[in-house]
Amino acid sequence: MSAADPLLNVENLVTTFRTPGTEVRAVDNVSLHLRRGETLGLVGESGSGKSMTAMSILRLVQPPGKTQAGRVAFNGRPNLLELSEREMRNIRGAEIALIFQEPMTALNPVFTIGDQIAEAMLVHRQAPRAAARDRAVELLEAVRIPSAVKRARDYPHQLSGGMRQRVLIAMALACQPLMLIADEPTTALDVTIQAEILDLLREMKEKLDLALLLITHDLGVVAGHVDRVAVMYAGRIVEEGPVRRIFSDPAHPYTRGLLASIPGRAPGKRLASIEGAVPNIAHLPPGCAFEPRCAFRFDRCPTAPPPMFPVEQDRSTRCYLFDPEVRRS
Amino acid sequence: MPLVEVRHLVKEFTRADGMLRRPSVVRAVNDVSFVVEEGETFGLVGESGSGKTTTGRCILRLIEPTSGEVRFRGQDVLSFSGEQMRLARREMQIVFQDPYSSLNPRMRVRQIVEEPLIIHKIGTRSERGDRVVELMRLVGLDPGQLDRYPHQFSGGQRQRIGVARALALNPSFIIADEPVSALDVSIQAQVVNLLMDLQSQLKLAYLFIAHDLRLVEHICRRTAVMYLGRIVELADTAQLFGNPQHAYTRALLSAIPIPDPDNQPVRIPLNAKDVDFQAPLREVATGHWAAVD
Repeated sequence: MSAADPLLNVENLVTTFRTPGTEVRAVDNVSLHLRRGETLGLVGESGSGKSMTAMSILRLVQPPGKTQAGRVAFNGRPNLLELSEREMRNIRGAEIALIFQEPMTALNPVFTIGDQIAEAMLVHRQAPRAAARDRAVELLEAVRIPSAVKRARDYPHQLSGGMRQRVLIAMALACQPLMLIADEPTTALDVTIQAEILDLLREMKEKLDLALLLITHDLGVVAGHVDRVAVMYAGRIVEEGPVRRIFSDPAHPYTRGLLASIPGRAPGKRLASIEGAVPNIAHLPPGCAFEPRCAFRFDRCPTAPPPMFPVEQDRSTRCYLFDPEVRRS
Repeated sequence: MPLVEVRHLVKEFTRADGMLRRPSVVRAVNDVSFVVEEGETFGLVGESGSGKTTTGRCILRLIEPTSGEVRFRGQDVLSFSGEQMRLARREMQIVFQDPYSSLNPRMRVRQIVEEPLIIHKIGTRSERGDRVVELMRLVGLDPGQLDRYPHQFSGGQRQRIGVARALALNPSFIIADEPVSALDVSIQAQVVNLLMDLQSQLKLAYLFIAHDLRLVEHICRRTAVMYLGRIVELADTAQLFGNPQHAYTRALLSAIPIPDPDNQPVRIPLNAKDVDFQAPLREVATGHWAAVD
C-alpha cells in the first residue's frame, strides 16, 4: 500500500433492516474513501444513514439490521466484512476508534476515567496495567484536561460535558488508531465547547496523521473542519467532493437547499426552505429519493434511482441533471 | 408602554446535597431585566444552564420566581390571583422545544388545538370547530388531518400543531423556547418562516429563546446574551453581532460555525480571569447595554 492509497475504501455498501413484510435499505450502495491525515465529513439529517454507515464499517450493526453487500478495504486488508469476529475485535478500538455523540452515556459511571482509558490498552494487550495507567494520564494531558493525575481518579459524573467528550477522545486515541470515526461528537455540547472539541480533533488528527470520519448534521461544522464532504439522503450518498467546491458550487438540489436554508444571509427575510418532509426509508419513491421535494425535477427523476454522475474532477452527484446526455441538451 | 417588562427577576433553586449537609442555593436567574415591545422579536441566547429557559418560564409563572417583577401591559403579573393569571395566559403563550413530548399522544389534533378554547370557555362547539379549522390553515396544515394523532405527523408538522395550539386564544405574546432545535435542518427553515409570517400577520411579539446564534441573528430585532444567570449584554441584534462589547459575547460569537470554508472565524477564547462577572450593565451606546467596567 503506497501513501497515496486510501486507508479506507468502502464500495457499494448495503445494510438493510428486515421488519415483518418489508426490508428497508438504511445504507444503500454507499461508497467512500479516506486517506491518512484526511478528514471526510459525512453529512445528513436524522435517519439518512450516516451513523449506520459507520456502524456497518465497524461491523457493529445489530439484528434485525444486516450488512448485505459491499466491500470495506482497510489498511491493506481487502475486506473487513469477511473477517472473523475475533479478527474484527482486534481492529475495533485498536485500528479504528469510535467517538459517540453522547459523552454522558458512553462512559461507565462506576469506573474512574483513568481506569476506563487504561482498559482499552489492556483489552488490546498494548501495555501492562501500571504502564496503561501512566499512559492514561498522558492521554488526558494530550487532550488538555487540567490536573490530569487528579482527574484520572474522577468518575464521569464529576466532569462537565465538554470534559467528558475530551475523555472519550483520549480513550479513542489510547491504542494509537489509524482512523477515528466521530459520530456527532459535538451535538450535545454548547457552541463554545463545540469549537474547542473540533479544534482538539483537528489537532489530534494532524499530530497522529489520523484518517478522520466526522459525522454531523451541521454544515457549519463541516465547512471549517473537513477536507471532503459526502452528503447523505435517505440512505444514499447524493453528493461527494472537496469541501470548498461543495460550498461554493453545490451540485445536488438537496445540497443546494441545505446550504440555502442556513440562516444569516439576509436577516429578517424569509429563509429559503426545502418543502416537504424527509421521506420514510420504508416507503421511498421509485426514482430519486429527493424527487418529491425537488424544485428541479423532470420526467426522468421518478423512473429509477440515479447513479453517481461525475460533476468535475473528484466530485460526483446522484442527480440526473448531471447525466452527460442531459447536460448536452 | 412595553408589552412585557421584566425587572430584577431572580429565581433560586435549592439543592439538597445530602441528608447531613445544608442545602445549597443556586441562582439560576440573577437580577434579569429587559422589555419586549409590542410586535417585536426579542432574542434570549446563552448556553445550557445560563438561565434562559428558566427566565421564560418565570414570565409565564410556569415556575414561580423568587423575586423581581414581571409586567404585562403594565400590570403586575406576579401579584395576579389564579383566576387573573388564567385570563392573562390568553395573551401569553408558549411553544416548547420538543414537538414529540409536548403533545399528548392520546389526543387527536382536533382536541389538542381546541383544548385551550374549552378551558377558557370560548365559543360554542361549532364556533370552536370553525376556529380549529382556521388555525390549522393558518399554520399550514391540512384541516382534513384533524382526526389524526400526533404520531402520525412529522416533527415539523408536530411543531406546527404546537404553534396552532399556542395561537388558539389570539395571544399577543409568545415565548418560543428553542422552537426548531429538535427539528431536522431542512425542516427548521419552514417553521422559522411560519413564525415570521404569523408575526407580521397577527402582530405577535416573541421572546425567542435559542442557542442557535445564526437563527437569532436572522429573526430577532434585539438580543440579550445570558451567562450564568445574568444578562451580560443586550442590544439591537445587528449591533450586538457587529460590535460585541462583553468578553463572553465575543467568545460566544466567535465560536459560531460559519458555513464557508474560506471564511472561518478566528476564535476568541473566554479567559474567565479577565472578566468581572459582577460588573453591572451599563449603556455603552444608545440602546446597547453591556456588563463591562
